[in-house]
Amino acid sequence: MRTTCLVFLACWLALGAIAAGLTEAAPPHALLMDLTTPAKQRAALLQLRDLTDPALKGVLQALKDGALYLWKEETLLILNDAGTLIDLDDKPLLDSVGRPLLPTEGLEQVALEQENMSLVQRALEALELSAPDPAKRRSIALRWGNLQDLTVIPLLEKAQAKETVPGIKAVMVETMHKLRLLDPTPQVRQQAIAFFGATRAESALSRLRDLRAKEQDPQVQAAITTAVQRIESYLQMRNAVAYIFNGLSLASILLIMSLGLAITFGLMGIINMAHGEMLMLGSYTAYVLQEFFAARFVAYADTYFLVALPLSLLVVGAVGILLERGLLRFLYGRPLESLLVTWGIGLMLQQGARLYFGDQTSVNPPTWLRGGWEIMPGLIFPYSRLFIIGLSLLCLVVIYCLLYRSNTGLKLRAVMQNRDMAACMGISSRKVDTLTFALGTALAGLAGCALSLIGTVDPEVGKTYIVDSFMVVVLGGVGKLLGTVLASLGVGMSNKLLEPAIGGTAAAVYAKVGILVLVILFLQLKPTGLFPAKERLAAGTVR
Amino acid sequence: MRAGRGVRVIGKQVRKARWQLAVIVSAVVLAGSLGHGVQPVQAADPVKVGILHSLSGTMAISEAPIKEVVLMAIDEINAAGGVLGRKVEALIEDPASNWDLFAEKAKKLLQEDKVATVFGCWTSVSRKSVLPVFERYNGLLFYPVQYEGEECSKNVIYTGATINQQASPAVDFLMGSEGGNKKRFYLIGTDYVYPRTTNKILRLYLLKKGVKEADIQEEYTPFHHQDYQTIVGKIKSFCAGGDAAVINTINGDSNVPFFKELANQGVTADTCPSISFSFAEVELQALDVKPLAGHLASWNYYMSLKTPQNMKWIKSYKEWCAKHNIADKQCVTDDPMMHAYMHVHLWAKAVEKAGSTDVDKVLKALEGLEIDSPVGKYKVDEKNHHTWKPVYIGKIKEDGQFDVVWKTKEWVAPEPWSELTYPGRACDWSGDGKGSFDMVDGKRSWLSDKK
Repeated sequence: MRTTCLVFLACWLALGAIAAGLTEAAPPHALLMDLTTPAKQRAALLQLRDLTDPALKGVLQALKDGALYLWKEETLLILNDAGTLIDLDDKPLLDSVGRPLLPTEGLEQVALEQENMSLVQRALEALELSAPDPAKRRSIALRWGNLQDLTVIPLLEKAQAKETVPGIKAVMVETMHKLRLLDPTPQVRQQAIAFFGATRAESALSRLRDLRAKEQDPQVQAAITTAVQRIESYLQMRNAVAYIFNGLSLASILLIMSLGLAITFGLMGIINMAHGEMLMLGSYTAYVLQEFFAARFVAYADTYFLVALPLSLLVVGAVGILLERGLLRFLYGRPLESLLVTWGIGLMLQQGARLYFGDQTSVNPPTWLRGGWEIMPGLIFPYSRLFIIGLSLLCLVVIYCLLYRSNTGLKLRAVMQNRDMAACMGISSRKVDTLTFALGTALAGLAGCALSLIGTVDPEVGKTYIVDSFMVVVLGGVGKLLGTVLASLGVGMSNKLLEPAIGGTAAAVYAKVGILVLVILFLQLKPTGLFPAKERLAAGTVR
Repeated sequence: MRAGRGVRVIGKQVRKARWQLAVIVSAVVLAGSLGHGVQPVQAADPVKVGILHSLSGTMAISEAPIKEVVLMAIDEINAAGGVLGRKVEALIEDPASNWDLFAEKAKKLLQEDKVATVFGCWTSVSRKSVLPVFERYNGLLFYPVQYEGEECSKNVIYTGATINQQASPAVDFLMGSEGGNKKRFYLIGTDYVYPRTTNKILRLYLLKKGVKEADIQEEYTPFHHQDYQTIVGKIKSFCAGGDAAVINTINGDSNVPFFKELANQGVTADTCPSISFSFAEVELQALDVKPLAGHLASWNYYMSLKTPQNMKWIKSYKEWCAKHNIADKQCVTDDPMMHAYMHVHLWAKAVEKAGSTDVDKVLKALEGLEIDSPVGKYKVDEKNHHTWKPVYIGKIKEDGQFDVVWKTKEWVAPEPWSELTYPGRACDWSGDGKGSFDMVDGKRSWLSDKK
């Protein structure tokens, strides 16, 4: 009996101690009351900020929104979104019969002094600096980098010590150093400058330049100059890498776009104006599959793209067979008519897509193709672009093997070079025609599917592809695979090097104009392109 | 405002032979007189109003929902007894995203159908194409979309935002502490009138607010531009300091590659928020929203606003969708829809106030007319035929809806002529006002007199 009593007593004491501990941790009442006195508000806010106590969030937010009230000059109340007054422990203010009370008298709004506005904001942000959501922590750490307020450094120091995510920790450290650039002591400034010189962080560049204009101390001045030089030289190098990558990426896009055309136009000599629409059909195949997976196989939604790639090849290849069998074979040797017919087909496909799919659809890349590979600080190679580079190389290799290393390719080339002779040798030239055309369109479909990763999917998307495709094939020299490869490399690279070189408000347009002018000039000098087909071969392709 | 995604003008001149016209006119006259003879005009004859929105072609995705809310508002008005004791009857014309057809259909509505008013148009080019028709036949057009301003017709009520009701508050937000105290701005847009005008005004506005010339970058791309690699690279460098933001007036489809590239190159809303003026809930439903999430938009209305009026409106629109076979996914409301819905009610209220459907009397009654709306109080300006409304900044969420993060304290007065590009120019149709004027030596010099 006595032991039970003792245990109870002990428990009671322990609970009391815990309760006491809790009341100690709660925001000091006197400090909060200071908020109501304009003269003491600033000091109180500074202290409250440094407490970084999550329990303060409600009060600070209410103070900022003008929803903090003083009731009978002793109790702080918050007017919440529902329109009821609650006290700091979230208990509503009730009248004598227990209904929510909205008094008309004795209630005084706690005014926030104009100059303290940003301080409250800082205090609220300080709370988010230790929020469970890493995105929020990162966001505040980044945002504080633009402050002119040195007093937040200790808060950052504290947060940084607790931070577990390395990326966010680095941001916090960087922010601290950015703020220290403003420190009145030259040594501290110099240390911060040295930090940026060592990390070569682009984020500090504009700050450092601003500082250089104002700096009095010659030693610090010199430190800034070296740091800025280091960062700038790094940026130059990084930009050079970026330009080359951009060029390669554009080249791969041009290549994958025009490979199909290199076969239908280059080898067969059919001017297929619906080539862009074949790409569009490929994109829509990806879109349809995406919607289908989202509706039926949600769990595998991420893999839809792997199915879409071969399927677009098949679907658009089948469309190519239909087109060749149904129309184009009657028009061989009449290039003008086939041009008009394919253009008409293109228009019909466009309008059909518009009627069926509407105007705004987009393909969502699977999660494994989102984001990119950070190859050096501040430079990311997007996975989707790397994927397209890889895919276009793969296509190139496959086509090369098919055309030049296989029996089918041999027959194909034989028919394209000399139809009659090939027919005499027992090759069914009709079959070869159909298959070749289907191969060309199937490649366009694959390209459309891949390009939907970075571009749009809409009925008129073909228009944006067709001009570039023809430009590449013509420049490369009709009928030559190597020409197409080199032409897309040349056009892609020079476009991406011209664009930053031109600058101004419409660089993208002028770069394109520049490329067209260059191509036209080049074709004036070499009308048959980079790698002209030899005369006898060319004669053979004309039917 | 936003032009069509596939702007293609098909120049077709329809010429009617004179005798054809004569036959039609005489038939109409005959039918009219016969009608008079058989049954005299009753007070209960419906009031005809026109709806002039593209229901096919490139603009259908944006304009078709507008037609729905206009019809819904007319239904509500009829359920409450119509206007002046008469039912309202809607005549729907589909100009098929073809700017020439807009003018033809407008002429038909005004001349043949004698409609009391027209609710219509979306793109600026469609509005410009019907403007002479409305001015010539003294019609009345309600236009629901944000646009570049620099216009103030006697015959148009502009309910969408002017630049100072959308773009300039966005800058205020970005420069304030909630927006991250941004000091440098990258203005990117499609190369046509709306982005160029908006950016011209924004540049002056930014300079006025103390932003340095060197801290403003401006860049334009053509329609349907796909390749944003280099530009995004530039933006990334521009934003590296964390004190910059992007103001995006890219049009339609080009936004998809732009935002995909931003996301892929690791430019997030944290370091480099972008604010757009042409994505609303309707457009977001069809797009890949993931790369857009966290970026901002500026509008007068969001579906996610928690006002009682808005909840009620959304509820009735959902019921409307269910009745009219509109898929639930597409059944969203957005800013232009809100304006379109409100201006039908505004018109009805003005007709009641005027006691007539006569255009001049209705226009008089509209001056300063206030109405309760999903965004709270909503008012037609006393003078300039535009409307007063609040401005909200919203953050795009992954479900294509917006998180409202900021709003203007008061409703914002419309400024069809920006103070910055046209100092001293304003517009007044009240009393014996004659529209746009410049203040010259303390006196009004009307633009219409100069012509």
